[in-house]
Amino acid sequence: MKVSIYRYNPETDREPSMKEYEVDTQGKDLMVLDILALVKEQDQSLAYRRSCREGVCGSDGMNMNGKNGLACITPLSQVAPGVLEGKKPLILRPLPGLPVIRDLVVDMGMFYNQYEKVQPYLQNNTPAPAIERLQSPEERAKIDGLYECILCACCSTSCPSFWWNPDKFLGPAALLQSYRFLADSRDNATEERLSKLDDPFSLFRCHGIMNCVSVCPKGLNPTRAIGHIRSMLLERGI
Amino acid sequence: MSIRTITFDAIVVGGGGAGMRASLQMAQSGFKTALISKVFPTRSHTVSAQGGITCAIASADPNDDWRWHMYDTVKGSDYIGDQDAIEYMCNVGPEAVFELDHMGLPFSRTEEGRIYQRPFGGQSKNFGEGGQAARTCAAADRTGHALLHTLYQQNLKNGTQFYNEWYAAELVKDDEGNVCGVIAIDIESGETVFFKAKATVFATGGSGRIYASTTNALINTGDGVGMALRAGLPVQDIEMWQFHPTGIAGAGVLVTEGCRGEGGYLINKDGERFMERYAPNAKDLASRDVVARSMMMEILDGRGAGPDGDHVFLKLDHLGEEVLHSRLPGICELAITFAQTDPVKEPIPVVPTCHYMMGGIPTNVHGQAIKLSGGHEGEDQFVNGLFAVGEVACVSVHGANRLGGNSLLDLVVFGRAAGLYIEDQLRQGMTQYEPTDANIDEAMARLNRWESSTGGESVPALRKELQSVMQNHFGVFRKGDLMAEGVAKLADLRKRIANAHLEDKSGPFNTARIEALELDNLLEVAEATAIAAEGRTESRGAHSRYDYPDRDDENWLCHSIFDPKAKKLGKRDVNFKPKTVDTFQPKARTY
Repeated sequence: MKVSIYRYNPETDREPSMKEYEVDTQGKDLMVLDILALVKEQDQSLAYRRSCREGVCGSDGMNMNGKNGLACITPLSQVAPGVLEGKKPLILRPLPGLPVIRDLVVDMGMFYNQYEKVQPYLQNNTPAPAIERLQSPEERAKIDGLYECILCACCSTSCPSFWWNPDKFLGPAALLQSYRFLADSRDNATEERLSKLDDPFSLFRCHGIMNCVSVCPKGLNPTRAIGHIRSMLLERGI
Repeated sequence: MSIRTITFDAIVVGGGGAGMRASLQMAQSGFKTALISKVFPTRSHTVSAQGGITCAIASADPNDDWRWHMYDTVKGSDYIGDQDAIEYMCNVGPEAVFELDHMGLPFSRTEEGRIYQRPFGGQSKNFGEGGQAARTCAAADRTGHALLHTLYQQNLKNGTQFYNEWYAAELVKDDEGNVCGVIAIDIESGETVFFKAKATVFATGGSGRIYASTTNALINTGDGVGMALRAGLPVQDIEMWQFHPTGIAGAGVLVTEGCRGEGGYLINKDGERFMERYAPNAKDLASRDVVARSMMMEILDGRGAGPDGDHVFLKLDHLGEEVLHSRLPGICELAITFAQTDPVKEPIPVVPTCHYMMGGIPTNVHGQAIKLSGGHEGEDQFVNGLFAVGEVACVSVHGANRLGGNSLLDLVVFGRAAGLYIEDQLRQGMTQYEPTDANIDEAMARLNRWESSTGGESVPALRKELQSVMQNHFGVFRKGDLMAEGVAKLADLRKRIANAHLEDKSGPFNTARIEALELDNLLEVAEATAIAAEGRTESRGAHSRYDYPDRDDENWLCHSIFDPKAKKLGKRDVNFKPKTVDTFQPKARTY
């Protein structure tokens, strides 16, 4: 099968280019990450991130035939039907919208900055009890669909609002984490958290395009979380 | 040679659960602390832990007692876990777990609002007399992910200085062998830097990638053990490798023991629940070594499933869709992705898969690294400036076999303990050992070797060969002659790896360079494992030999100590002196 991969080494290349490789999968429907490993056996200069290879660490977010996702849990048949039969190539590019360090490796700095801005840690200024802070199963259920985020950046780098204003719009991933703490019954910094989001850019640049929802490899829904924060801001304003 | 030096009070190498718990402790104390991690911290392998953190917090059972947990852990270790360390872990555990809740870890909950605890293998009530205990605190089946993200968040809050995507390549020692810091590479730029610190804490995790089939992340290449061995320091019980009963056949991806805790069970190709024959009481929740061996025996006796009869099944469908989706949502995803199997409808094909390194750098409960001494506990000497916590360390709380849920507890308890101890030492005034230029050059030698290589075999091919040697010669069942062959093959590999070629010598994000350096570490761990496995002439815990099928307490109720300089195996006493409870005496281990 054919693979076309975005290559760029700042030390040797004046500009990026797509490089074609031929890989033998012996007809097997492998994961995209397996294909990258086979390419790297041929050409060790190829750079990409990977760690858990099972979709929980968030290292290998990339753009595969036009769609962001995790290489390790994306089978060839899903991302590029017909690729095994040689009908078309697998096309791998770095996540869009972030500076490229080398090949498929992007500089995640802006993405992490936005995450840090939402103060992604539990805040509670009451003295902690000798045991855990009690939380009912119903209260706990409110953070399901939020805490599972793996910070792979597939969502934020597929979001046009984030492409335009990566410094001012927090992006879907950071906002999902913001709501994760707003929704946690053990956190009592609600007012402070909301006031930080109450400007034209941080949250309100979300236009409900929902690319984030369609690409999230964990099946999470940042748009819904953003909607919940909007409601909280609205209620607070009344 | 002169390279840039960055100075801290303490550096932590590794951004998993143990490293970030240690760095958090030190950052809170205000000492200048850096955490060096070869991946962004939430990509560390702790993220893959699923089932939970075992600890007697008395939520599921108000009468639960940490001493029962201690008993189970000592028994699980097949009696070569150090009882003082196990006592410390089980006793301090609840405090450490409640802290995690206060930090925000999203534990699952009981109706009373307390932390949800599930049954796990090898856990009992009342010192083995009161039946199965539910003691494993869980955040659905994503406990490691929840824990790792929570710790990262707290480190952000407390201002830990992160060096993410920096790779620690070598220890720097002075002429007396005192540790001065590490040489590390900034992966993004390729720059090499000397990190100088009074305390160097290794939290580099395990090394499952020495095997061809493993549940471990691709980054688990034994960097800490490799650095220690090259520095001439010993490792302990390194022959003890846990094979997790339920890795997805073919893929190696982990399926939590929590599946069996929630009521799932293993069946052979005839649909028989075979664990009833091997462990009549605990059945599928016997200790991992017992279950893994039973599965292999079913497979070797021709009762394995699939066209090649090479796996068995984990049956979960009887638990119902609701339980599976609420308690084991991650497993459902993984089974569909990697086994094309929906556990709601059909059983998952599973096979014992390399999972955890019980051995490692010997330490005391403060994480202080121990060097070779007379061999008897009490006479231990410490390596000044070096600490180890988590999987890379051998405290030893897991002995010859770790219980499920005890690794996360190990991480937080001993990460915290080392942090507390170092904080205290720094306050009293810790020595900064100063290396000479020659010491730095020595630490740079391996890097320079790769940089000047002009030809030779490729790293991926050599790595594959090493992994297959370990898989074929040092698996679940071991045998003297087969292991001797394996040792010889590794000796040959050592010569070839010493002449291997790094073709790409570019600077920015050169992952070929990192993989080359990792290969050296894989080799160190593999060789130590092989020699120790061949040397321990008995069967104990995870170390199971055809030619020595019985436990030999007379000769081997002790730690093995591998000396890398002589490439010889020595012995070290196990601690049988807990401080507040009576010693648990070795007895026959049945489940």
